[in-house]
Amino acid sequence: MAVAVTKFNRFCTLVFAFISFSTLAAVLPEDRVDAMYHSYDGGGMSIDGPSILIRKKVSNAVSVSANYYVDSVSSASIDVLATASPYKEKRDEQSLGVDYLNEKTIFSLGYSQSQENDYDAKSYKLAVSQSFFGDLSTLSLSYAQGDDVVKQNGNELFEEEVKRSNYTVSWSQIATKNWTVDFNLEAITEQGYLNNPYRSYRYRDDSAALGYSYATEIYPETRTSNAVALRSRYFLPVNGALYGEIRFFSDTWGISASNYKLGYSQALYDNWLIDFHVRHYAQTKADFYQDMFERKDQFNFMARDKEMSTFNDLTIGLKARYLHTFDRSSLIKSASVNIAWDHMRFDYDDFRNVLQTENPGEEGFYSYSANVVRAFVSLWY
Amino acid sequence: MNKLLILLLLGGLSGCVSTGEIEPWVKPYERENLAHAAMQWQLDPVESGYIHHVYQAREGAKGAEGTSGGGCGCN
Repeated sequence: MAVAVTKFNRFCTLVFAFISFSTLAAVLPEDRVDAMYHSYDGGGMSIDGPSILIRKKVSNAVSVSANYYVDSVSSASIDVLATASPYKEKRDEQSLGVDYLNEKTIFSLGYSQSQENDYDAKSYKLAVSQSFFGDLSTLSLSYAQGDDVVKQNGNELFEEEVKRSNYTVSWSQIATKNWTVDFNLEAITEQGYLNNPYRSYRYRDDSAALGYSYATEIYPETRTSNAVALRSRYFLPVNGALYGEIRFFSDTWGISASNYKLGYSQALYDNWLIDFHVRHYAQTKADFYQDMFERKDQFNFMARDKEMSTFNDLTIGLKARYLHTFDRSSLIKSASVNIAWDHMRFDYDDFRNVLQTENPGEEGFYSYSANVVRAFVSLWY
Repeated sequence: MNKLLILLLLGGLSGCVSTGEIEPWVKPYERENLAHAAMQWQLDPVESGYIHHVYQAREGAKGAEGTSGGGCGCN
């Protein structure tokens, strides 16, 4: 009978947690500084730069954070080589955040802005997170709004806007003393100029030397998407944890996608943490995507972005972390040195490699590999 | 059918109320493994935010990453 009552209590907790909110206190994030160098190299693109994050409690109830992030881009991707010339540019991003703890609830405000020579973005985020039932469950709700300005180098008259709203619901659950489960649901609405002004679709043109020509893409001006993800970690008695993720996505453009991730983290000796993971992603194409259209202005909407095509990618990743803990009398509590490397392979099913000039329209399908490196140090104080 | 659902929900509510305060089944002193670094999704936010940005710029899907990404990184 006692077991039955316990199980019933668990059921009640899950079903009615939204209204019961019988909880213990949540906690603010730890004070820390992170300095990271990141690098992406693949598909003719090299992107690298620093990212600096500082987080500090200014009282028992308030924590503030600031992040400065840079992308230095050198691009000779297949999209660029097909219709333009290689280019270099820089993207700066600054973010500020405030977290306010009130007993069992954390209220968060965030602001982020980024600048490129042809793209400005601003976003605002409001979130509330409530942990309850002895901190076994955490419910988080957030709303973010983005306001972007799209420009085009070489065309001073071109200036368009994008407005974006993100709605997120997250549920984190401690299932047992060795097992956690996270559930995420996010809906995004976008409105405005959603294509890239430099990207083109190609269409058959007998008067052209190659048998085809290019014209600026035309995207719908609205997009609504939904994504749902389930993540779980399980602690093993060998001082390691197995983890996995499944995520499903669909949108009003006809894209359906899913990804699966499986990983393992192992602590070694007193200071090391080694992580290995594999991730697979696959998507179907947008309704208005084609590699080759039959004629110019064939449809109302036309795209040849490879991100809108049918493709899949596979990632394998490794990470090593060394953590040193200082004496209690020290100003710095602990410090870590980290290196992480991911290898990604992209294979496209209906995006052809136009750099192969034989048999226009029947070129081989495009594929490429990329390496993503992160090297960073973290200090907790 | 709807009436049956309402009855079940009301029954559930009254059951919760009648059993009083619900005890957490994992006590605070049993959470050592959960606090282990290997069990954290957000061990290093600066890194996880970056890797989501890498995927968002190259895949059609976005959202429900667990952390925020953002930006363009288009070509």
